[in-house]
Parts: sequence; structure tokens; C-alpha cells
Amino acid sequence: MDVNVNTVEQSQNEMQKAPQKRDQFKAFWNRYGPGYLMLAPFMILFIIFILLPVVTAIGLSFTNYNILQPPKWAGITNYRLLFTDDDVFLIALRNTLLFAVVTGPIGFFASFFFAWIIDQLKWRNAFALAFYAPSLTSGIAMSVVWLYFFSADRYGFLNNILINIGIISEPILWNMNPDTILPVIIIVSVWMSMGTGFLVFLAGLQNIPREYYEAAAIDGVQNRFQELAYITFPCMKPQLLFGAINAIVNSFGVFDVAVSIAGMPSPNYAGHTIVAHLYDHAFIRFNMGYASVIAVVLFLLTFLLGRLSMKIFSTDN
Amino acid sequence: MIMAQKYKKKKKRKKFSWGWFFTYLFMFVLVAFTSLPLIYMVSSAFKPLDELFLYPPRFFVRKPTLRNFSELLTTLDSTAVPFTRYVFNSLFTTIVTVMGTVIICSMGAFALEKYDLPWANTIFNIVVAALMFSPQVTQIPNYLIVNKLGMINTYWSLIVPKLAVAYNLFLMKQFMEEVPDELLEAAKIDGARDFRIFWTIVMPMARPAWATLIVFSFVSNWNDYFSPLVFITSQTMKTLPLALQTIQGGPGQVARSGAMAAATFLTTLPTILIFLFMQSRVMETMAYSGIKA
Repeated sequence: MDVNVNTVEQSQNEMQKAPQKRDQFKAFWNRYGPGYLMLAPFMILFIIFILLPVVTAIGLSFTNYNILQPPKWAGITNYRLLFTDDDVFLIALRNTLLFAVVTGPIGFFASFFFAWIIDQLKWRNAFALAFYAPSLTSGIAMSVVWLYFFSADRYGFLNNILINIGIISEPILWNMNPDTILPVIIIVSVWMSMGTGFLVFLAGLQNIPREYYEAAAIDGVQNRFQELAYITFPCMKPQLLFGAINAIVNSFGVFDVAVSIAGMPSPNYAGHTIVAHLYDHAFIRFNMGYASVIAVVLFLLTFLLGRLSMKIFSTDN
Repeated sequence: MIMAQKYKKKKKRKKFSWGWFFTYLFMFVLVAFTSLPLIYMVSSAFKPLDELFLYPPRFFVRKPTLRNFSELLTTLDSTAVPFTRYVFNSLFTTIVTVMGTVIICSMGAFALEKYDLPWANTIFNIVVAALMFSPQVTQIPNYLIVNKLGMINTYWSLIVPKLAVAYNLFLMKQFMEEVPDELLEAAKIDGARDFRIFWTIVMPMARPAWATLIVFSFVSNWNDYFSPLVFITSQTMKTLPLALQTIQGGPGQVARSGAMAAATFLTTLPTILIFLFMQSRVMETMAYSGIKA
């Protein structure tokens, strides 16, 4: 008898439990279901086209893969080849680092500096437009104009001016001479570098409450530069962080300006960049495994520098 | 969060001083540096052929003409792909991508911000981390996926991979923090469904934010060079940045200089116009781009 009672109770319990679980799920679904449904399109595309590709790229970098045959495990061979045997990659790495060291910090600080000045001027919107407009243009389209300026023959503006002043007697082959290719690419990129970061800084400056400055003036802050150090910078940390990440990603991703100015491959690889090398191996030679190593190197560079800037512009303290 | 109040700074520095005089002078010189190439581009588009090859080169156009544009439209028509086809390719893919990304990213941002979803914070942190990924890193696997799906040389290849953009979701979420929860509660009590609340209450309030997204997505997709370079091999499917290189025909090609100048002008114009129209909204939104770390 006892046993019977128990089993009846047990089965009753189980019968109650199952609907309970279903109720729980129902409650959960009622509360969060619509939210997850609305998030779903973004998350699915984000995982397929951004998150998984990063993981896949890391995976592929340890294989040899030419698309036609399945990937073959290669261990760290690709990495060894890239850093010890591939002189062109080392040139590309050197060019990109040089480029990034100049355009990254220059773009970043100049963006902040000019936003700071423009914020205090009359005709603020007009100045903002004039500074921002170059970054709205396509690198490909504008390089056509820049090639007029740097054109190798006497029709080139720069050569024409320099010859007239008498600094040079022969036209300089700006976009074909390995010594001048990188500087030309850098100048064009700096011209285009007042981008999103610049706008974010300008907007951030406009949102710092005026009272902060007035309070600081009472506390003994005397000049504009002290204001900058004690109020503006601390208030702007989130915007500065965004600008820094933006500058890092952009300066390491240099490609279209370089290709359209120097061509591909460029003379002596003087305009060759990491992304150009990636493109060459991935989509011209279809060495997907080897190209993935280049992608991983690029990923690590930008990601670690991004992390570093997060440390620098942390708002925690 | 960043305060949304707008502080009108008083322009009290009306007095003349040499410091400000030189600041303005300095800024005008720099404006010349930033705008001269653009002015030169506009002026070249209207130059007759003899002025394009004048020696010594002249900056401004003397006798403006529309001949370059008609040459672009007619002479290139006789080649395999008319210029209008490139314009259509660019316009179509850009507009569809912009509309898609604005809706998908706003919806995701709304869900992350207002639903208290389990894992919402982790997801958002991953999205912020994704701001640091260069788009080129994901290009190889993306190519493999797009290839598998049979989308090479289709408009889809230029649209689908670019719908989920970390920055867009990030900006919308920051902006939606300002939408008061009480308003959403009230709408819910009135019986409005979730998507309706999003579409009729939240989106109108977040208008400056998505107006900004429209500008940025338009500019980046319109100017994008790398994805069409990778995904598009057929001449008829190329977008304007690739087409420009075809028209140019490599360095040193002079025959089509007039058409080229006109094409450059037409390629650059839309992005500048769209920013010009939206500038005030963009400035309203940009302060929300700060990342708190």
C-alpha cells in the first residue's frame, strides 16, 4: 500500500513539474521573447559575418587552403614563412607601421586640436564642414585629383611650382619613385583623416557643461591650457577612446589610397601595405591559409592597440 | 551618460586681439589645404579638353562646359557597360544596405537596451570589442561564405555581409538610453505590441541617431572599395569606385581625361550633399559615440 501511495504521489509530482517547467518557459518567453526576436537578425548576421570569420581566420591560418581542395593542416608553417621568408611582407609591415605611426597619432591629435579650436570660433559649422568634407570623399576618386597635383610630368602642379621657383630642374616622379611614394600616400591620407573622430570630438566639446569651466575658474584654473588638462580631457575620455580606436583601425587598414596612387604591385613595393599583401595572397593567388596569417597579424595589431587605448582612456578612476 | 542638454556657449570674445587674428588666419590657411583639392576637382569637371591639358596648368576653369558629362554618358555608352549602370549598381546596393542596417541595428539596440535580456551586457561588450576589428580581417572567411551561398557577382554580396555593423548598434544603443522607460511602460499598458512600440515610439525619438547612421552608412558603403573588389568580377556588376579605375584605364591614360574628371565629380557629390543636409542632426548625435571603458 505504502508503495502505491508513494508512486501515486510521485507521479502526481511529476505531472505538476512538467507544466511548471512549461509555465516557466512561457513566462520567460513572454518577458524576453520579443526582445530576442528583435535582436535575432542583428545577432545572426553579426555571428555569421563578423564573429565566426575572426575565429575561422585564426583556424585557417594553421592550414594550407586553396578553396578547390579541403584545407590541409600545416601547423605554424605559415607563420614561420611569413616572418622569416617573406621579404615582401616585411616591406608591407614596415610601410604600414610607418604609415600608421604618422597618420594614426597625427590624425588623432590633429582631430582633437582642430575640434578644440573650431569649437571656440565663429562659423563653427562651416569650419567643421570644410575639415570633414575630405573624409567624405572616396579615396579612389580623390586620388585622381591628387595625381594631378603629384603628376610625374610638367603638367603636375607641384612639379610645375617647384620648377618655377627653381628648387628643382627636373620633374620628380612623385608616384613612381620608391622614395616619395609613401610620403605622398601619407599626405593624401592625412588630408582625409579628419573623419568620424573629429566629429565626435567636436560634438563632445559642445556637450561639456559651461558651469564646469566657471567652477574651475573659481578654483584657480587660469588659462585655456589648464582648462584643457583639468576639465576638457577628463570630460572627453569616452569620445577620445572612440576616436583612438577609429584612428587605429583606419590607419592599419590603409589600402585603397595606396593602390590608386602607387598601383599594385607598386615600384619596389614602396606602396605595399599589410592589406595589399593580404589581398594579393587571398584573392589573386588564392593562398587562403597563408593570407589568413596576415589577417591574424592585422587583427592582433589593431585589437591589442585598441585594448591599450581602452586602458589609457579608462573612466574608472 | 553624456548630457543631452545643448549648451549655447556665449560668444563673448568679440574684442579684437592678435591671438585670435592669427588663429583665424591659421584656420583659413588650413581650410584652403582641405578644400582646394575639392575645388580643383569641381573646376576640372567643367573644363573643356584644351584647358585640362593647358601648360602651365591652371587651377580654375575659364570657359565652363558640360561636354565632359555628355562625353561620359555617350562615349562610354558605346563601350560594353554604360556609366549609368555603375551609378545604378552603387545607388541600389548602397540604399538597400543603408535601409537594412538602420532597421536591423536599431531593432537590436532597442532589444539590448530596453528588455533586460539575460546576457545583454556580454553581447554589448562583444559588439564594442568588434569596433576594434578591421573589416579586412573578416574578408577571407566572408568570401568563403559568400562563395558557398552563390552570391559572388550579385548585389547580395555587397549588401548582406554589411548589414550587422558593430558601430551602428553601438551608437543606437547609447542614444536609446535617453528614451524614458515610463513611456514604454505606458504604451505597453495601452496594449501596444513590442514591434509597434519600437516603430512608432522609439524610432521617432531616435531620429537624430538614425539620421546619423544613414549618413555614415551611406558614405562608407558608397566609397567602399575592398568588398566589391573581392566579391565582384563581372564588369556589369561593378560599383563606382571600381568603375573609376576602369575608366581611368591605369596611370598615364589621357584619352578619357574629360570623362574621368566628370565621373570623379559625380562620384564624390552624393556623399558631400547628404552630409550637408544632415549636418545638424549628425552633430546632435555624435557625442553619444563615446565609449566608456
